[in-house]
Formats: sequence, structure tokens, C-alpha cells
Amino acid sequence: MRLDTDPYLERYASRVRGMRASEIRALFSVVSRPEVVSFAGGMPYTEALDFSAVEDVVARVIRDSGPVAFQYGGGQGRAELREQLVEVMRHEGVPAHADDLVVTVGGQQALELIAKCFIDAGDVVLAEGPTYVGALGAFASHQADVRHVAMDADGMRIDLLEDAIAAVRAEGRRVELVYTIPNHQNPAGVSLSVERRHRLAELAEEHDLLILEDNPYGLLDFEGRTYPSIRSLVPERVIYVGTVSKTFAPGARTGWVAAPRAVRDKLVLLREAADLCPPNLTQMIVETWFATQPWQDQVKRFVEVYRERAETMLGALDEEMPPGVSWTVPSGGFYVWMTVPRGFDTSDLLAKAINARVAYVPGRGFYGDGAGGEQLRLCYSFPPPDRIREGVARLGELLTRELELVRAVYGDDAPEATSQRRGGSGIASQGG
Amino acid sequence: MPSSVAVLSGGISFEREVSLRSGSRVADALGDRGHQVTRLDVDAQLVKTLAAGGFDVAFLALHGSAGEDGTIQSILEVLEIPYTGPDVLASSLAWNKPIAQGLYRRAGLAVPPAVTLSQQAFREMGAAAAVTRIADELGTPLVVKPAAGGSSLGLSFVDDASSLPQAIVGAFSYADAVLIERFVAGTEVAVTVLDGEALPAVEIHPKEGAYDFAARYTAGATEFHAPARLDDDVLAACADAATTAFEAIGSRHISRADLIVDRDGTPWVLELDTCPGLTETSLVPLAAQAGGIPFEDLCDRLVGLALGS
Repeated sequence: MRLDTDPYLERYASRVRGMRASEIRALFSVVSRPEVVSFAGGMPYTEALDFSAVEDVVARVIRDSGPVAFQYGGGQGRAELREQLVEVMRHEGVPAHADDLVVTVGGQQALELIAKCFIDAGDVVLAEGPTYVGALGAFASHQADVRHVAMDADGMRIDLLEDAIAAVRAEGRRVELVYTIPNHQNPAGVSLSVERRHRLAELAEEHDLLILEDNPYGLLDFEGRTYPSIRSLVPERVIYVGTVSKTFAPGARTGWVAAPRAVRDKLVLLREAADLCPPNLTQMIVETWFATQPWQDQVKRFVEVYRERAETMLGALDEEMPPGVSWTVPSGGFYVWMTVPRGFDTSDLLAKAINARVAYVPGRGFYGDGAGGEQLRLCYSFPPPDRIREGVARLGELLTRELELVRAVYGDDAPEATSQRRGGSGIASQGG
Repeated sequence: MPSSVAVLSGGISFEREVSLRSGSRVADALGDRGHQVTRLDVDAQLVKTLAAGGFDVAFLALHGSAGEDGTIQSILEVLEIPYTGPDVLASSLAWNKPIAQGLYRRAGLAVPPAVTLSQQAFREMGAAAAVTRIADELGTPLVVKPAAGGSSLGLSFVDDASSLPQAIVGAFSYADAVLIERFVAGTEVAVTVLDGEALPAVEIHPKEGAYDFAARYTAGATEFHAPARLDDDVLAACADAATTAFEAIGSRHISRADLIVDRDGTPWVLELDTCPGLTETSLVPLAAQAGGIPFEDLCDRLVGLALGS
């Protein structure tokens, strides 16, 4: 007798059949245990929010506009909120009109709608390597052919982007989207240089490219600097995605897309098919927050917290990491991207790390093509400084012992375990 | 008779997620059979909770160290709470794959030739110098796996000696020793032994690649046949091998033997899992289903066995 563990298997759409259980995801169920210092999840430090102010805002929304807050809304999102979001963008030097925007349920829904709008099975998306896991998930669920473009300390290598475009052209195909997180990239922690932004804009014109510019971390620069957005350079060639997850709260699940009008109309239709409209309640909380509260002071408070934590982590890494380990030095955002010496795989090592009560995200998750075995992402935004020091000490001890083990197991054939590698499969190291 | 059952699952093992899934399924099944069920995670309060809980019996749905290696069993002995599955000694013997394999060999079972190497052997004795020789003697292809643990975590297949070091380092992530084993080609079969009796053998065919973590826990990723599509005498040999292995370590209540049946019909014993998975895609519930035992009855029966009724 044949036994079926999934009697629905033959009924699934082809995009679902490739979805499989993952041991890494299974390991993460241990990560949330309090014994473990987790550098894994990219979680904003919501404890730094002024909750008495939040309480006032929520109470006010319900008191003044309860029936509207609990009613359906329009598919594009509330005009009042879009006006506020345009202000947030203006603060970062990104030009937009409220009517260019579609409010989404977090930046993630924006990515999903854009993927749905542009990607047929097998279409090519060029993305930084490594890149955001959630974007890879959105592209994968529409069966995109994701190809990575390596980065260095100045972000995506535009010369390699040109090579990738040429390679796709040589196959007689088109690049459907170029996905980039230009500011404090997730997971690499680096930003695209100003010169490369201009070069990217030129390439977009030259090769008729559509750029998906994802900007969750732009306002989290430790020095308060902002860089020109790609949208500001070639607005008709950019679909811009923003979120309030890092400037206010991820629990509000509010993001947005700023797109050329024709694309905006399609996105509104797609979103109405997906969930009709964003929730009025959260939209009104967010718009009231930005309209009535000193939100820029709140962002400053977040940035102070993250800067202190980044400094703590970088200091601890300098002290604790064995030779041969290198990492990027973030100037904002949430992440440090680490490269370990050859000889072991960071996915395997996660099991040992959890035994040592410290967690990270293995590099493989940030690539669609199996690369990343020698990299890992550390997120410093959530654990307080003393826990960061403790976690980095645990990781340092673990890596030190692992390198000894690698040398012992490989014997005379040991890979270049103690020499520092630069570039190669990832980003030029700035630490270590 | 309805009992007060503590279902233990979770813990801080690498198989936590799988264990939680087993645990919730078992808790539902026992609840449907009228038992009073309390779900417990393994944390610093566990012993206190167990001691104060007035439980008649503990149902172990734990996978990985602490749950399967005799640790939790020792605690339950001290607390005088009956529990499902093998006792302390049998659990710790089966957990240590090299020792268990030795016992199966002594009992006359076919076990793939294997070499165990500890981290210490590499760190302190220069075992790296012996790796090529091991590959030569065992012959390729080889299977490298942690000397303890389950769910195929840390397991890799190696075609030639040059890729052995990487596989060994990977397996060391999950245990302090690795087992380098000759790969046996054949049909993958799991035989569940329930109270000393073999249930129908389940034949395993992953739809792509090996029966790895994803193939185990993605519904529909693996095709199962029960009873396995093998000749009757081979099926009998599988049942016999599984019960012999069960007895060799002194198991009780339930265990699952993982076997490979080669071209000649010989069942090779790979290992015995003494706290087997009970998720929707796990092998033991499939074997029970094939044997005409609904999952609720299986769980109920294990509770009965633990209570000695």
C-alpha cells in the first residue's frame, strides 16, 4: 500500500511544489529560548519607543475616529497617511507625491506585489549577493531566476552588474528587475557609494532597466547622513519601497511603494485581489504618529541605541575573533556580515553555536544559488550591550575551537585557514 | 483508564521543532482518548514541575540529546514517574551509535563496516593522517554522520577521500565523534518494533535526492510503501533484524530500526531510534497505520505499556 503524507500534492500550483522544510528554520525554534544570545532575527528594539505617546495616539484614533478606523478603506491606502509618508521620504531627500504611493502591509507585501506584477516563471532578477531573505522568498514564490551581483565595501559592484546584464542579453533574455538595498544593506551592512548610484542610474537608462529600490534603513545612519536615492536620479525607472518598521514599529505592518503611475495602478489592482485594503486602524495610528509626534526625535533615539550596540559589537569582535575571520563595519542599520576561513560551513556550525548559546543567520539564506557557506549575518539591534559582549565572546570561542578542529581534521591539506581573504565570494573585509 | 499524562517535548536540542510537532500530535491524540494531558517543555523548571504535577505517566516525545540519551529517563526514575520508551541503559546504548552497532554485530546482524573518530583523535593524535587509509579500507562511497543524534542532521555522502575532511567537520557540529561508514546501496526500510513485535516495514523513496531533513519533514516529498515491496522472506528477515536489534540493546515499548536491504535481500542495520518521531510525516505512525493501528490507539497503547497495564 502506498502511503501519502500529503494527499493534496498533485493539486498544488507549480510554484508551491518546490517549497520544502528546512533544517535551518527548524534550528531557529531553539534560538528564541532565553538562554541563547540571538544575533539572528533583524528585530528593531521596540522597547525604545515612547509608549505613553503611542498610547495617546492609539486612544486618540479610537476616540476621534473609531467608526472609520474599524471600517474598510481604499486599495491605495489613506491619503492622510500617504501625505505623511511623503514627508518622511522628503526628509531623506526622496522626491514623491502622495498620489505616487500605495500603502502596503509592511515592505514585505510591497515586494510580493511587485514580484507578482512583473515576474513570470523563469524571469531574471538581478540582486545583490548576499541579499534580503524576504525578497528572495517573494521572488521565489513567483519562480524568478535570481542571479547575484557581488558587493564590496561600496555596495553592489556596478562593473559586475554590467557583466551580468550582458550575460542575460547573450542568452537572448531580458533583465526583469534589478533589486537593490542601497542603504545599510541587509545583510551586508554596507551602502552603495554615491558614484555608483549615478552609474546605476546611467545603466538603467542605457539598458532600459527597471530598478527595485528597497530602503528600510536609510534613516538609520549613525551620523545622520543621507545619500541620493536611485528614485531621485531616474524616477521613471525606479519602484521604491519604504517601511515604517524601523522608524516607528514593525508591529504596525505599514510599508509603501512609490511607483510610476501606470505601475501604481496595477499594484492597487493586485493588492485589492490580495487583501482589499490596508487596515484603516494601523494606517490611522501611523499617520497620527507621524503627524502629531516628534517622530524624528524617536528615530534619533533608535539610532543612538543601534549605534551604541554596533560599537559594542565591533569592539567585542576586535577582541574576541580569531585571525582569519573578517567582517564589515556598518555605518548604520542593523547588520554585520562576517566571513569565516575556509574549511567549514556556517550552516553546519549553527548547531554548535546553539550549543554554545549564541545564534546567527548562516550566509546561505541570503543567496538564491547555494553560495554563502563561508558567511554569516550578525544583527546587533535587539540584544542589550552586555548580552552582545557575552554573545560575541561565545562566538569567538566557538570559532577559535572550530578553526583548531579544521586544521586538525584537514591535517596537511588544511585550507588557507589563517590568511585573511578579501573580496572573493563576498564583501571586502574591513575588520578582523 | 484515563490517566494524567505529561507529554514532554521541545527542549534545546537541534530537533526541538520536530519534537514540538510530535508532542502536539501526541497530546491531541491522548486528549481524544480521554486522558488528562499536560504539555511540558524541557526547561530549568522541568524537574520541579514534574515532581509537583501528580502525573501518572510521562510520554516522551523528545528527540536529540537529553531526551534520548538516558538523561530524562534517569530523572523520571528518580521521580518514580513511569515513562514511555526504553529505560536509561537501553536509551544510552542506542544513542551511542558506535556502541549500538557493536551490539548489533555481536547479535549476528549485518552492520556496515565503520570507523568512529572523536574530535580528540584529530586534535591530540593527528588522526588526519589516517583519513585516506580509512577511505581505502572501507571503500567508497561513504556515509559520514555524527556518532549520536537523528533526523539526518550533519549527515553527508562522500564519493572520494578528498571530500572526507569537509564532511567530518560538518558532522562534528552535531556530536563529539563521527562515524565513517561504508555506504550500502539498496532499498531504505524502517521497521517499527512495538512491544517486541515488528509492525509492517515501511519502504522509503525520496522523490529527489537523499532522505534528508527536507525529505523527512516536507509532506509529500517522500513516497512510502507499507508493507515494503519486498519478497516475503526478505520482509521476514527485516522484521527479524529489527526485533533482534531491539533486544540487543534491551529496548522496550517502542523503537524504530532503520535498515537498508541490499540487492541480495540482506537487511543491514543502520541504527535504532528509541524515541522515534511521531509527526504527520514520521515513519512510526505510517507503520502503525499500515498495521491497522490508528495513531490515537498507538499513543494510548504506549501509555498503557508505561503503566504496566
